[in-house]
Amino acid sequence: MLGAYLPILLLVIVAIAFGLVSLTFSSLIGPKKKSALKLSPYESGCEPVGTARDRFSIKFYLIAMLFILFDIEAVFLYPWAILYKKLGVFGLVEMGLFIVILFVGYIYVWKKGALEWE
Amino acid sequence: MENLNSYLIVSAILFSIGTIGVLTRKNAIVMFMCIELMLNAVNLTFVAFSRYLGNLDGQVFVFFVMTVAAAEAAVGLALMIAFYNNRESIDVDDVNLMKW
Amino acid sequence: METLFFAIITLVAVVSAILVITCKNPINSALSLILTFFCLATYYVMLDAPFMAAVQVMVYAGAIMVLIVFVIMLLNVRVDAHKKQTHKVALGCIIGLFTLINTAFLIFKSRAAMPMGPYNGSIIKQIGHTELIGKEMFTTFLLPFEITSILLLVAIIGAVILAKKKI
Repeated sequence: MLGAYLPILLLVIVAIAFGLVSLTFSSLIGPKKKSALKLSPYESGCEPVGTARDRFSIKFYLIAMLFILFDIEAVFLYPWAILYKKLGVFGLVEMGLFIVILFVGYIYVWKKGALEWE
Repeated sequence: MENLNSYLIVSAILFSIGTIGVLTRKNAIVMFMCIELMLNAVNLTFVAFSRYLGNLDGQVFVFFVMTVAAAEAAVGLALMIAFYNNRESIDVDDVNLMKW
Repeated sequence: METLFFAIITLVAVVSAILVITCKNPINSALSLILTFFCLATYYVMLDAPFMAAVQVMVYAGAIMVLIVFVIMLLNVRVDAHKKQTHKVALGCIIGLFTLINTAFLIFKSRAAMPMGPYNGSIIKQIGHTELIGKEMFTTFLLPFEITSILLLVAIIGAVILAKKKI
């Protein structure tokens, strides 16, 4: 019954195996001559600046938050797109209403300047 | 297809784990994640019953639960950020003033 | 074979759910929660609901968890400091176990009704799960679907007002 999903299972197994094999073999075979320079984090060859656990800017958060809400809208579009021909004009009107209401939110976000990278 | 009861038991276990998490942890974000876990356990019950009873209403409900969860994530986490900006902490024990 | 698969997925789901509530570092909790969500998506596939599985991965693992990880990074939440909280842990565990016992009792005592709807596995496969879900949503659940957009609008406005520094 689940035969159609066998490729996904194989992909998961291969992904896990790849991670495990590379980690174990690099720790088994690789030479371990530690020095302060080798253990420092890699920052494109430059001297490391500050800690890696730095705080993000709140701008990223606003973008992520808007992404999540419009992502939901996109999820609702999938079944609608499949049923588009069967629903006809009725479907177009109901989805139009849905998108117009969300478009009001988009205009609000735009006018408030939440999309500006200030 | 597995027995309906096995899905319900898994869902009950996940829901209880989420309950324990909400009641024992103090970090507001971890509590939030436990609430998401509880919502997902309920979603699993919805889908299992929907499949077993041959009625798709439950799965449409799961859709709406996910929408509410997304809205909750956006507003709830924004609240946490606002709280953190005021108190420099997201420990729920620090939420003890009505206003300051 | 399928029972064995179910058992493995259940084991992974429960262990990762326990990790969510036991990890000291919130980032580890978030990653364990993503694993739990993937296990739930697997359950949906086993329940002949592939579209729900896709939505689960897209919305929960792809969007909500990204937002949670963002907030953890944004607030730079450190590992939980050890405060004395043993009595609360005990109380919470007792209440959680009580919930579990109560639910299990109800599940084993009750007898589910016979299948009453027309949608069994072969019909779902024949027509397609996404199309069936869409038909339900855009005809029977039309009003809730439209109200959903208002909920999203309110969430957009609320989050902008709460999170933006100067409005």
